[in-house]
Amino acid sequence: MTLFIVFGALALGAAVAMVFQRNAVHAALLLVLNLLAVAVLFLSLGAEFLFASQIIVYAGAIVVLFLFVIMLLGVDRSEVVLEHTPFQRRQIALGAVSALVLIGAAAPVLGSKTLTAKLPAIPKTFGSAQSIGTVLFQTYLLPFELTGLLLLVATIGILMLAKKKPR
Amino acid sequence: MDWLDVVIILVKVVVCFLLLNLLLAVVVWAERKVIADMQSRIGPNRAGPYGLLQSIADGLKLFTKEDIFPLSADRIVYPIAPIISAVPAFLAFTVVPFGNMLSIGHRHITLQIADINVGLLFFLAMGSIAVYGVALAGWSSGSKYPLIGAVRSSAQMISYEIAMGLSVIPVVLYAGTLSTRGIVLAQQHMWFIGAQIPSFLIYLIAGVAECNRAPFDLPEAETELVAGFHTEYSGIKFMLFFMAEYMHIVTISAIAVTLFFGGWMGPHPNFLVPLWGVLWFLGKTAAFVFLFYWVRASFPRLRYDQLMNVGWKFLIPIGMAWIPISAAVHIFDIRRVVLVGAGVIVGIIVLSLVLPTKKPEVLTEEEAKTTA
Repeated sequence: MTLFIVFGALALGAAVAMVFQRNAVHAALLLVLNLLAVAVLFLSLGAEFLFASQIIVYAGAIVVLFLFVIMLLGVDRSEVVLEHTPFQRRQIALGAVSALVLIGAAAPVLGSKTLTAKLPAIPKTFGSAQSIGTVLFQTYLLPFELTGLLLLVATIGILMLAKKKPR
Repeated sequence: MDWLDVVIILVKVVVCFLLLNLLLAVVVWAERKVIADMQSRIGPNRAGPYGLLQSIADGLKLFTKEDIFPLSADRIVYPIAPIISAVPAFLAFTVVPFGNMLSIGHRHITLQIADINVGLLFFLAMGSIAVYGVALAGWSSGSKYPLIGAVRSSAQMISYEIAMGLSVIPVVLYAGTLSTRGIVLAQQHMWFIGAQIPSFLIYLIAGVAECNRAPFDLPEAETELVAGFHTEYSGIKFMLFFMAEYMHIVTISAIAVTLFFGGWMGPHPNFLVPLWGVLWFLGKTAAFVFLFYWVRASFPRLRYDQLMNVGWKFLIPIGMAWIPISAAVHIFDIRRVVLVGAGVIVGIIVLSLVLPTKKPEVLTEEEAKTTA
C-alpha cells in the first residue's frame, strides 16, 4: 500500500508536470518517469513480466524514439514553444472540461468504501509470463494475430511511403 | 522475512557493489595491459607492480579534477545523464547468478543479488534504459559532436537490442524459464552452447555493439567526433560514463556465461563447493572480457551503413529464422546435431538472399567482420 501511494503519486505528478513542461526533452523525460512509476505499480502487484515489458517497450523503445525525433528535428528550441496558438487554447479548455467530467463521474465510486471490499483477491499467477502467454496465444489467439497483421500493414505502408520513386 | 534476511540482502548488495568496483579497476588495467601486449607496447608500468595501481590512480585523478559545466549545457539534464548511464549498468548485474547456494546453518543463501523470475527481461530492460544516459548526455551538452555521437549511439543500441532480444529467445525456450538461475540449472546435463551456436554468435556481436565497443564504437569515433557523447564531460561525471561502459562489458560477459556456458557449473573437488562455482563463473567471465579486448585490438571500425546493415539485414533475419527451428527441434526432439546442421543451412540461405543486393567490395569486408 505504501508502495502504491508513493509511486502512484510519482506517476501522477510526473504526468501533470509533463503536460505543463515547455521544454520538449524535459517533457519526454517526465513521461519516462511516469512510465517507470507505473512499472513499479505493476511490480507491487506481483506482475513481474508486465513490469519488465513496460520498461522494455515503453521506456526503452517508444520514448527513446520520441527523444530521437525531438533531438533530430530540434523542436526543443525555445522560440517554437513560447506562445500558445488559438488551437492550443481550445485544446486546454476542452481538456479541462473533460477532466472535470471524468472526476465528477468517478467521485461517487472513489468516495464509497465498498470499492476495496468488492475486489476479488489477486490470483497467484497474475501477470506472470505463463498466464499472459496462455491468454495471448490460446484464449485470444485470433485477435492477437489480427493485431500483428495490422502492425505489419502499417510497417509495409511506411516502407512504401518512404521508398524513393524511380525516375 | 525476518531481520536476518534483510541483513543478508544488504550484505550481498554492499559486498557485490564494492567487489564490482574493484573488479572494474582490474578490468580497465587488464585491458590496457592486454592491448599494449598485442600492439608490442608495455602499457601501464609506473603505479605499483606491473602498473596494477594505475586504475586507482586514474580514479583518484578524475575525482579531484575540475568539473567543467559548459555554459550551453542543460541545467538539469546535464548532471543527471551520467547517473542515468551508470545506475542501470550496475543494476543489470543484480540478476547475474555468480554461484549456486551457500548454506550456513539451515539458511540457504543464493549467490545472486536478486533471483526474480523474469531476470533475463530485467537485464534487457536495464540495457534499454542505458540508452537514455547516452542520448541525454549528447543532447544536454549543447554542442554538436556530442549530439551526433548520441544520435548514432541510440540508433545503434536500439537496433542491436532487437538482435540481442531475438538471440536469447531460443535459450528461454530450451530452459523453459526467464529466471537467470533457472537457465543455469537447466544446463546441468549440457551447456546451451552445444545446441545454440547461431544464437550465441548473434548475442556476442550484438553484445559488443551494445557496449559501443570497437569495432562498433562509432558513437565515440575519435577521428570524427572528438569523443562522441561524453566530449563535454570531465572529472567525476566522465568517470561515471567510463565505469558504465566497463560495467556493461562485465555484465554482458556474465550473461553470456549464464545463457550459453553453464554459469557457475564446472568440475570441482568436493570441498568448499559453492566457492568453486564462483571461481568457475569468474574464470568464464574473464575469458569473455578477454574476447572483448581481443576483438578491439583486431578489427577496424565499421562504417555507419555497414553497422546498420549488419544489424538489420544480417543478425535480425538469422535470429528470426533460428527461433522456429529451435522451437521445432525442442518439440519434436530431433537430435541436436540436426539443429546445428539446419542452422548452417539457414545461415547460407539468408546470406545468399541478403548479400547479392550490395556492391561486391562492400560485401566481402562486411562478411569478414560478421563471421569473425
